[in-house]
Amino acid sequence: MHLQVSNVSKSFGEGRDCKLVLQDISFELVSGQFMALVGSSGSGKSTVMRLIAGLERPSAGSIHLDGELVRRPGSDRGMVFQKYSLYPWLTAAQNVAFGLSLQGRGKAEIRERTAYFLDVVGLADAARLLPRELSGGMQQRVAIARALATEPKVLLLDEPFGALDLQIRESMQEFLHDLWKTTGLTALLITHDIEEALLLAGTVHIMAPRPGRIVHTVDVRLDRSDLRHLRVSQPFLELREELAGRLRSLDGSLL
Amino acid sequence: MAWSSALRRIFSHPWVLGVLGILTVFGVWLLVTSSGLVDKLFLPGPGAVWLAGTEQFQRGILVADAVASIRRVFLGFMISAGLALPIGIAMGTNRTICNFLEPLMALIRYMPAPAFIPLLIIYFGLEELPKVMLIFIGTFFFNTLMIMDAVKFVPSELVETALTLGGRGLPILTRVVAPFVAPQVLDTYRINMASAWNLVIVAELVAANEGLGKRISLAQRFLRTDEIFVGLIVIGLIGLLIDLGFRFLMRRACSWAN
Repeated sequence: MHLQVSNVSKSFGEGRDCKLVLQDISFELVSGQFMALVGSSGSGKSTVMRLIAGLERPSAGSIHLDGELVRRPGSDRGMVFQKYSLYPWLTAAQNVAFGLSLQGRGKAEIRERTAYFLDVVGLADAARLLPRELSGGMQQRVAIARALATEPKVLLLDEPFGALDLQIRESMQEFLHDLWKTTGLTALLITHDIEEALLLAGTVHIMAPRPGRIVHTVDVRLDRSDLRHLRVSQPFLELREELAGRLRSLDGSLL
Repeated sequence: MAWSSALRRIFSHPWVLGVLGILTVFGVWLLVTSSGLVDKLFLPGPGAVWLAGTEQFQRGILVADAVASIRRVFLGFMISAGLALPIGIAMGTNRTICNFLEPLMALIRYMPAPAFIPLLIIYFGLEELPKVMLIFIGTFFFNTLMIMDAVKFVPSELVETALTLGGRGLPILTRVVAPFVAPQVLDTYRINMASAWNLVIVAELVAANEGLGKRISLAQRFLRTDEIFVGLIVIGLIGLLIDLGFRFLMRRACSWAN
């Protein structure tokens, strides 16, 4: 798998109301990589994700997935949203099965894969529950299972834990890290939380706002055998502080 | 004290106070009429109304009237609801269609449906068609605009999730938009059914051979206030039953939305 984002710009509106949201974004993502885009609100990080998902078209530049130009949404790019991530009228299992049945897969296959992916996210017991009967963390795990069930080449996560309480957030980060280690998925995470990005991603791009652009890239080389320990370790805290300072100075220059 | 907390618990049940309210009015009615303060010609007692009702029932006209009115309501409302659904969804999902139709509908919506009766009689005569058309005119525009609004508020994330799962075209409409708006559509129908029920009575007051509204206007001619009361109460009860039916349907079909 090879995702190539080349010199992508995006503006919304026309004429005098035209607003440049993204300027000259370029990066590559390859199989098994976990990448994060970090920025404050207005940095256009969600727009980058929507462009890759094919929900928007770039104003300039191009996005290729395995050499093919991205023109529209497709199941090779699974997506998890922060809000309204599940269909409230479907059970957890039906939500996971949704993409498979949209694709017209056979009943036996759907049942088997649904059970498998619910098990992967540790929610085999919750199969028959409606989203409103699940906690926020469980809902996001179902959403991840649903995105994985159609076997996307890359998983796009748009602030997936942004609406969760701090403690649940931390356990979800550990869950996602384990999932990445065991399944070898390729992921692109959008977050405003530097700690989250550093914990999970091998490559972190820092984005500046107005217009959104990548101003700094870090290759994170930390021992991730124990995330809980990593969170409070010295090198981690130093790196976090350094990046937080960069983000602050970006915002400060705008005040 | 124990009995006061028990009392409070009883009154906190939503049905208790509602029934009590109805019983209060019924009690006042009974008291006023049995005291002889009011002329029986103007306000008949519950007993007289009951007698008039059973008499109408035994002669078979009560059921025949109710069936005639209900048939008109259901026919007109089914056409209205059936057309409003696709048009409302089309307006809610497509900007061009919405811009084309919304001003027109908003305009017609403010024309009182009963004002169409003379026109409908000229066009369609005195048979069933003008009454069915009246109910259609009186509910179609409300149904359509309310369904359009419901569709407009489908969270974009739900549609976009389906797109990123490989969905496209019609399945997005039938498997994402339709289930999401189903509770609001049922509620729209429930609310506008009340106006359909009002309109059928208006239509029958003007011109009809049978129907609950027709029976009321006949009763007026013979100063039979007891029969007018029978008509009013039966109309109210049928309306209430339809309302409860919609609520029941909604609880069964859209339990996720409660």
